[in-house]
Amino acid sequence: MSDNMNKDEKQLLISVDNLSKHFEDLHALNGVSIDIYKGDVIFVVGPSGSGKSTFLRCLNRLEEPTGGKILFEGIDITDKKTDINKHRQKMGMVFQQFNLFPHMSVMKNLTLAPIKLQGKSKAEAEEEAMKLLERVGLADRADAYPNQLSGGQKQRIAIVRALCMKPDVMLFDEPTSALDPEMVGEVLEVMRELAKENMTMVVVTHEIAFAKEIANRVIFMDEGKIGEENDAKEFFDNPKSERLKSFLAKVL
Amino acid sequence: MNFLIGFADSFQQNFIKANRWKYILNGLGVTLRVTLFAVLIGIAIGFIVAVIRATYEKTGKLKILNFIANIYLTVIRGTPVVVQLLIIYFVIFGAVRIDKVLVAVLAFGINSGAYVAEIVRSGIMSIDPGQMEAGRSLGFNYIQTMWHIILPQAFKNVLPALGNEFIVLLKETSVAGYIALEDLTKGGDIIRSQTYSPFMPLLTVAAIYLAIVMLLSFLLKKLERRLRNSER
Repeated sequence: MSDNMNKDEKQLLISVDNLSKHFEDLHALNGVSIDIYKGDVIFVVGPSGSGKSTFLRCLNRLEEPTGGKILFEGIDITDKKTDINKHRQKMGMVFQQFNLFPHMSVMKNLTLAPIKLQGKSKAEAEEEAMKLLERVGLADRADAYPNQLSGGQKQRIAIVRALCMKPDVMLFDEPTSALDPEMVGEVLEVMRELAKENMTMVVVTHEIAFAKEIANRVIFMDEGKIGEENDAKEFFDNPKSERLKSFLAKVL
Repeated sequence: MNFLIGFADSFQQNFIKANRWKYILNGLGVTLRVTLFAVLIGIAIGFIVAVIRATYEKTGKLKILNFIANIYLTVIRGTPVVVQLLIIYFVIFGAVRIDKVLVAVLAFGINSGAYVAEIVRSGIMSIDPGQMEAGRSLGFNYIQTMWHIILPQAFKNVLPALGNEFIVLLKETSVAGYIALEDLTKGGDIIRSQTYSPFMPLLTVAAIYLAIVMLLSFLLKKLERRLRNSER
């Protein structure tokens, strides 16, 4: 359903043009170009070391690209003059290791940025955070500290923390890779809900089955380049390159 | 019995007569004031220098400030605090009349800042880089992330070492007598020179330092426990 909507009124959100990232000798990214539209749920898959995470982390410049351009909502955020902090508020990010702030309660984790950066009152920020907490089923943990939570709960809180800033896109960097298997489901469930609500998402993951289920587009990264990119169905049912075929054969 | 009479006599002689207890009390006041304000200056300098050094180590930025900070650390940690105190009093403020308490506060504060800086820097470096990334990804700038996210955690981690530094500082202020500042140690020493009986005034001074240090240690343990409980 969301697929049809996207086709009717494709609204460009992020435009990546010839992005590259070179560490010393290593070319982690080698000229990646892709357009990301509002409502897209893009999964990035590929063998480890293929540059998937680097690509994602370049999108909000946590990793400083060494070449190319990223237009986010029409603004070149790779330009040194652009205030990246302002645009990062609109790009939520979820990390493999959760990275919750251990010295703050869950509620403070969620409301810190909205209060300090968006000038919201404490009451307003807490009310919004509470609503989101209820949606992920963790309203009763608002006063807990991160160390008192399970891995799955931590990651759900981390997702909510990003959502509290009302981002226009959510970046997921292997969100389930650090979780015990029995906790993967609860995190995927939250992501599934987000996708249903038409949140634009870019997800780096090893969960191929999950990609098959909720992605509308899938990117196969290979040696710092986009090896293949397609609609999710075509991508899995009809892979073109040999490398993707052999990759899928290994992981499916 | 004789011993008790001797003790009472000595007490009378050293503390009651000519209101000599005032040397101890006033000296204690000076020692506490110098320590308190030196601690505040030390924390301020220490945190700023630590952030500069940690920023340089992690990002390569602030090259010049880091260079200055390094000179400060090398000089302060490479010379005795008494010499620093004398230089500040007789060289830097040699030509002006200035309150000796202020000189002592400055000297001990600047000295302590160097040690606090290295303690806090190690605390900052011990925080998972993911914390900085999480803060930056939410839209906080570098300084905001430091202030709201990194420093509170670093502070908690280094609290025992910081507490120890402040206890050392309290005891180090006992050299303030070198610029004729009448602190606790000097107060006891003045009584000794008047009564020619070293035993009672000096042991009293020692006992007071010990009592303050024990009280500080107790309070620090309590604070540590409270901070730790908040993230069980």
